[in-house]
Amino acid sequence: MSFSDPWVVLVLCIAGTFVWRALGVAVASRIDISGALFQWFNCVAYAMLAGLITRVILIPSGTLAQTPDVDRITAMGIGLCVFFMARRNIFAGTGTAFLVFLCLTTARQFGIL
Amino acid sequence: MSPLGQSTALRLGIRDGLLMPFWMVFGSMIGFGSMARDAGFGLGVALGSSVGIWGLPGQVAMVELYAVGLPIFAIVVASSMANMRFMPMCVVLIPHFRGNSTAMRWRYLLAQMLSINIWTVFMRHGPGLAPEDRLPFYLGVSVTCLIGGVLGTTIGYVASGILPLYVTVSLVFLNPAYFVFVFSSVRYRNCIIAVILGALTGPLLYQVSPDWSVPATGVIAGTVAYYFDKWLEART
Repeated sequence: MSFSDPWVVLVLCIAGTFVWRALGVAVASRIDISGALFQWFNCVAYAMLAGLITRVILIPSGTLAQTPDVDRITAMGIGLCVFFMARRNIFAGTGTAFLVFLCLTTARQFGIL
Repeated sequence: MSPLGQSTALRLGIRDGLLMPFWMVFGSMIGFGSMARDAGFGLGVALGSSVGIWGLPGQVAMVELYAVGLPIFAIVVASSMANMRFMPMCVVLIPHFRGNSTAMRWRYLLAQMLSINIWTVFMRHGPGLAPEDRLPFYLGVSVTCLIGGVLGTTIGYVASGILPLYVTVSLVFLNPAYFVFVFSSVRYRNCIIAVILGALTGPLLYQVSPDWSVPATGVIAGTVAYYFDKWLEART
């Protein structure tokens, strides 16, 4: 088993993510849930996730990077319209965004767009 | 709130898990499975990564950087950094299990099972449940999502090259799209402010530093949101 064996990389990467989980648990056991610090962590968690998600949609890496920006933005725009028209229905918003995106990528695949 | 009982809470968790998160994880892991295969990984490592790392940005970093032949230390650091969000997520999650000694004894395992899909479902419904119902609810959601992750990774791996790109890429798009609507539905004012500021800051900071953008967004946008909310509270 060499040092760059995929299994070695995997185990180290699992540990690399677990460090953050464990650190979070350690802080959690000392925190006052009604206190200011907990509220701050709550804001940090939401801001972090929201930032990550918009980044993934606007500046993706991996598979999504192969799609044009305009497709992802159009799908999200129409999805958000439906979401608010359907009184903030997550299912309606997600379904619409997915279908619009699927139609756009399929159309591109077959040279329609 | 009167307790629902363990089996009812577990069923509720499975139901909430199957409603959306299962399919989201399933879709994005199909993308990951085919990506892992393209990078030259075996199915075992791909599955181990889905279940063990259990956080897509860290998994993607591992696979992408291994494929370009980076040194192992650089791969591990990048993968770990990509999953830093688990720290504040666990800080916010774990205190909800206080009052349940079993859950607290196993808290590191519960943290290991956490993913962003599970976190958002739990943060919506978990805190409203009686303390003794939260553990079975959490287990219902998380095991459902883990099964979705294993199935998705396997199918993506096996069907890599069979599934056309426009299908795979749409499945990968599904989860981030879903989160936009989940985060557009947060109810507390401080969370709403944090989400808006984070969404604006995230892509901008990514242009400055891809590696540090996620934690930096959290700390900067989160801190501003926290104080802005306090300021609004003081005014009313």
